Amino acid sequence: MGLALELEKAGIPSIAIHTHVFARLAKSVATANGMPTARQAFVPQPLVDKSPADLRAYIEGVDPISKRPFMQEIIEGLTSALNDNDLKGMSFERSNPRFLEADTEDNLRELFEQNFWTDFLPIILPTEERVNAMLKGTSHPRDEIVGRLSPTAFREDWEFNVEQVAINAVMAGAKPEYLPVLLAMASSGVTAKSSSTTSFAGIGVINGPIRNEIGMNCGIGATGPYSHANATIGRAWNLLSQNLQGGSTPGDTYMGTLGNPLSYGFVFAENEEASPWEPMHVRYGFKPTDSTVTVFRGGRYMSSGFGPREHWEDKMLRCLTAADARQSPLVIMDPIVARLYVDKGYDTRQKLVDWMAANAKLPAREYWNEMWVQTLIHPLAVAGVEPYATNLKAKPNELVKVFQAHEINIVVTGGETQGAWRIYEGTRMKNATVSIDAWR
Amino acid sequence: MADRITVHDPRGFAPKVAGKRLAQRHPSLEGKLVYLVDCLFDNSEVFMNELKDWFAQHIPSMKTVMIKPRESWVDDPDMRAKVVANGDAAILGVGL
Repeated sequence: MGLALELEKAGIPSIAIHTHVFARLAKSVATANGMPTARQAFVPQPLVDKSPADLRAYIEGVDPISKRPFMQEIIEGLTSALNDNDLKGMSFERSNPRFLEADTEDNLRELFEQNFWTDFLPIILPTEERVNAMLKGTSHPRDEIVGRLSPTAFREDWEFNVEQVAINAVMAGAKPEYLPVLLAMASSGVTAKSSSTTSFAGIGVINGPIRNEIGMNCGIGATGPYSHANATIGRAWNLLSQNLQGGSTPGDTYMGTLGNPLSYGFVFAENEEASPWEPMHVRYGFKPTDSTVTVFRGGRYMSSGFGPREHWEDKMLRCLTAADARQSPLVIMDPIVARLYVDKGYDTRQKLVDWMAANAKLPAREYWNEMWVQTLIHPLAVAGVEPYATNLKAKPNELVKVFQAHEINIVVTGGETQGAWRIYEGTRMKNATVSIDAWR
Repeated sequence: MADRITVHDPRGFAPKVAGKRLAQRHPSLEGKLVYLVDCLFDNSEVFMNELKDWFAQHIPSMKTVMIKPRESWVDDPDMRAKVVANGDAAILGVGL
C-alpha cells in the first residue's frame, strides 16, 4: 500500500491488490496517508499454495469486498476520472486529550477494554496522582519526547513523551524505579506489539546493575512470573507499545493470525553473577557496569534440551536447523550449562556462537524452500548480497549455513536447579541494545 | 452512585495528516506501459504472472512489465524511480 501511495504522489496512477482480510487495514493505511480514496482491489484469502488456475479464477472472479468483477475494479481504478475527494485527499488532526472524561472505575475499565488499550488482564487506572508518583522514577521532564513507534514499517509513526510511558507503566502495575527500563525500551523504536500476520512477540533482556537494584529475578524461574519487576516490566512494554504506536486492534493495527502468549510480557535478566562469560551487553559495546536492555522480536518457535550431553552437537544442530531459517536463535541457558560448555573449551560466549553458525546447515533445496527465505533473502541473493548470493549458487543437496554468527545470541539465566537450555526465536533489532542509565 | 474519577489517556501523539491528490488517470490502458509490481509475498509472483497473461489476452496493445522490489516491506527507491520514469500506471500485488 505504501508504495502505491508513493507512486500516486509521483504522478503514476496505481492500484494495490490485497487479500480480503486486509481490507480494513488497507483503508486505514490509505486514510492515515491522506489518500482515503486510493484505489484498492481485493482477492480472496489465501494465495499461498493456490495453483495458477486457482489464481486465474480469482482474477476472472468477483472482488470479495466491492462485489464487482475484479478486473473491472483494476481497470477502472487506473482509468476512471477523478472526483473532488480524489483531487484534494483528506487532511486531519487526531489530538488525544491528556485526560479522559471523568467516570466510574467500572466504566473506565470498560472503556479501556472496548478501545483495546489493555491486555484484558486487570489494570491499575492511571490517575494523575499515580502517574506523578511514577514520574519520580526518572529525572527526565514529563513532556520530553522519548521516541516513535508504529505497528509495522508501512504504517505511520506515533510520537510519545515521558508522561505517556509513565501512564502505561502505571496501568501495568510497575513501580517508579522500573521507569528508566521502560523509557529505554520505548526509546528503542522497537514495538512489542507488531501487527505482523506471523504473530511475533517482543522479548527483552536486561543486563547490568539495574537488575539487582530493582529486584529482577534471574535465579529460579527466571523467565517465569516469579518477580514483580520481571512481570510488570514485560507487561508494561507491551501496553506502552500498543497504546503509544496507534493501537493493536485485531483486523486493523494487529493482524497476527495465531497471536502470541509471550505478548503478555517476556522480559528477563541475565544471571551475570553465575555466568562464566562476560555479560551479553558487552558484546554490543557496553561496559559490565552499564545497565542496558536488549530488545528482540520473535517468540514464534521454541525448542529445549538438557546438557550438553555426550552427543550434544547432534541435538543442538537439530534444534538450530529446525528453526525458521530467516528468524534468529536466542539461546537461553542455565549457568550449569554454560559452565559445562566452558569445560568443553568454549571459554567465551562468542566461541559457542561461532560454532553454532559454522555448523547449523541445511541442504540448499530445503533452505531456499522456506517461506521467509524465499520472501526476504532470495531477493538479496539475486541482488548479489553475500553470503546469500553464494548460497544461491549451491547445488540442491549442498549444505548451506542457516545463520550468521551476528544473528545468534546466548543469554545465561536461571537458578541452577537443572542443566536446561532453550532456543527461542529472537532477532536482535538494529541498534537495539539501549542504555537504561540514560533514562534514570 | 459510584465515585467518578479522572484518569489519563494512555495513547501517544498521532501525526498530522496532510491530504494528497491521486495521480491523473489515463482515459484507457490501450498502448500504455503498466508495471506489475510483485510485492514478494508467497505466491504473489504466480498471481502477477496470471494477471500479465490476462492483460495480454484482453488488452494486447497494453505493455506490461513485471518488476520486484529489492526486499519485501522495504521501500526500493531505485525500483520506484524506474516505474516513475518509464511507466504510465502501476498495479501492486499481492500484499502490503
